[in-house]
Amino acid sequence: MTTMVLSGNEACVEGALRSGVRFFAGYPITPSSEIAEEMARRLPALGGKFIQMEDELASMAAVVGASLAGLKAMTATSGPGFSLMQENIGMAVMLEAPCVVVNVQRAGPSTGWATWPAQGDVMAARWGTHGDHPAIVLTPWSVKESFELTVRAVNLAERLRTPVILLSDAIIGRLREKVDLPPSVPVVDRPRPAMAPDHYRPYAGGPDGVPPMADFGTGYRWYATTTTHNERGYPVGVDAAAAEGLLKRLHSKIHDHQDEVVLTEGRWLEDSEVVVVAYGSVARSALAAVKQARSRGLKAGLLRLVTLWPFPSQLISQVAQRIRGLLVAEMNMGQMVEKVREASCGASEVWSVARFNGQYLMPEQILDKLEEVRRAWR
Amino acid sequence: MKLKEVSKEELYRCSYGCAGCASVLALRLTLKVLGENSVFVVPAGCISTVSAYYPQAPFFVPMTVMAFAATAAALSGISAGFKRRGREDIHVVGFAGDGGTADIGIQALSGAIDCGYKFIYICYDNEAYMNTGIQRSGLTPYGATTTTTPGRCFENRPKKDMLRIVADHGIPYAATACISYPLDFMRKVEKASKINGPTYIQVLVPCPTGWGFAPDRAIELGRMAVESGMWNLLEFENGEFHTTYTPRHKRPVAEYFEAQTRFRQLSPEQVEAIQREIDSRGAPGSS
Ligand SMILES: Cc1ncc(C[n+]2csc(CCOP(=O)(O)OP(=O)(O)O)c2C)c(N)n1
Ligand code: SF4
Repeated sequence: MTTMVLSGNEACVEGALRSGVRFFAGYPITPSSEIAEEMARRLPALGGKFIQMEDELASMAAVVGASLAGLKAMTATSGPGFSLMQENIGMAVMLEAPCVVVNVQRAGPSTGWATWPAQGDVMAARWGTHGDHPAIVLTPWSVKESFELTVRAVNLAERLRTPVILLSDAIIGRLREKVDLPPSVPVVDRPRPAMAPDHYRPYAGGPDGVPPMADFGTGYRWYATTTTHNERGYPVGVDAAAAEGLLKRLHSKIHDHQDEVVLTEGRWLEDSEVVVVAYGSVARSALAAVKQARSRGLKAGLLRLVTLWPFPSQLISQVAQRIRGLLVAEMNMGQMVEKVREASCGASEVWSVARFNGQYLMPEQILDKLEEVRRAWR
Repeated sequence: MKLKEVSKEELYRCSYGCAGCASVLALRLTLKVLGENSVFVVPAGCISTVSAYYPQAPFFVPMTVMAFAATAAALSGISAGFKRRGREDIHVVGFAGDGGTADIGIQALSGAIDCGYKFIYICYDNEAYMNTGIQRSGLTPYGATTTTTPGRCFENRPKKDMLRIVADHGIPYAATACISYPLDFMRKVEKASKINGPTYIQVLVPCPTGWGFAPDRAIELGRMAVESGMWNLLEFENGEFHTTYTPRHKRPVAEYFEAQTRFRQLSPEQVEAIQREIDSRGAPGSS
């Protein structure tokens, strides 16, 4: 175990390098630039490659390219850059090219407030690229978790052959905390073909829905195509069943592995009347607020979403049936609250406390809201 | 244009630029030439940042902060709109950094020159992405360190020759300038403003923060850049390149490098190689 004081952005680099990322393509943007700068410093010594691209569209394309070439690949950006990456994130989904995209969220929309935090991209992370597509989105609440979730993101990307988005924010990215780094981390490599090139079907899912991936340049000739394709990688033409099969497999390979993908953390869930649902940096405030509320005799709990997408609907629904109210705390105009409302399906009340002025959502504000809920229930 | 003809009116003033910022100065001088009948498109970068802190509003003409990639495309839109409204008398000006021009913005610039609407595109070239903390751009010169090309890891790539790139589009007028030669720069802006089509001016603006020199030396640094041959004052007109200023005394490039911190990691051999490359250069525009 080594103990270090790192920022969230640095922890992200540490996690990526230890889980085998050897390619980074990126473009400067506040508050994510330190990730690129740190990668530029450290990758060459590890035999890896850092490229500063001409923009984010190119960064994401280069990441997909490096992934096809067999490297574990990553990029990092924020707001406007995340928008520019969206088409190529969709490409990575369709090509099934493993890769990690870190979005250190800042206040938007557009250029917005570059140095101020927000959680305004939770829906963009889910639906930013067009078409029906699955998404894995993880969101850390500490520097330590920035490290751990980056490792997890890289491993999930490889294991399930999909882009994984790590949704950090300006607070977590720049926060410095003490972290104990383990001597080693679990490292997962993408499945590679065992069959001879002649028998390789690049998009045949196999039992767990994840096709083996042949690195370009290893004798396997295959189409890595963004066009709707059949198991051989050829365009489906008029074969509607093949098109439907592809979309279903792209989704099911992730949804069938929910136990590996969907992470949450609950505190006092068994013994609560009201549960605060929070994620990322705001969950820190939420925990402080819940502790204070309990000391005032309010039966409050915390449900922290570590994975935002796939959304833990089932868990929310179970919790909602046991309690009286859910309070969703977030730094946006209320994005996840709608999803929580949908999952609770009327079983409990759903309240919202939201802040979207570039200021951190403080424990006092969440506590005030909890008191407001208590008054309403009197 | 003569010194006494330069307007005393300040249409850009009181910005949040660093002390000694030459980018801000380039904008001030541009507005002295063009006057208040101008509209500006500015992408993300130092200028949009240092001009956008309330209550300071340094632009005394309308301006829009555009998406980083899109300056020149927006110029086409505004210019086409003015044409439709019969207001071609208004100067439509883009003012973008080197990253915003030569990297993320180059596609929009290429497209806009091809579209052919009347605009003046000014690239204020401080040779890196300064606003986000000094990262390398396509216009960072060979040998300069940045935060993404730290120390000896500088990119083994030359500075992109944007003048040639825009010239090869068949642009009616393009020029390079340097803030240390203000009349030359302003004369080029004036010339561009009289051309009925797309124009491009790239002005070298030494940046104390990013290059590593004292804030009172920006003009001196610009002069050294030109006198050492690291930067040339050129024009492209009627399909031909010509030099608008040739320094009387040539300066060794080593002097220019020593005056700032970003070239510190270069070995004497590397400096010599750069000097040889400069000495062997032919006439402007020749390959
Ligand atoms: C799409 C997008 N990517 C990245 C950024 C972040 N960004 C803002 S300003 C800037 C640097 C601008 O550099 P340059 O164009 O050279 O101008 P300078 O800052 O040097 O004036 C960057 C990378 C952004 N605003 N939008
Ligand atoms: S960093 Fe350089 S270009 Fe930007 S405001 Fe400061 S001096 Fe001007």
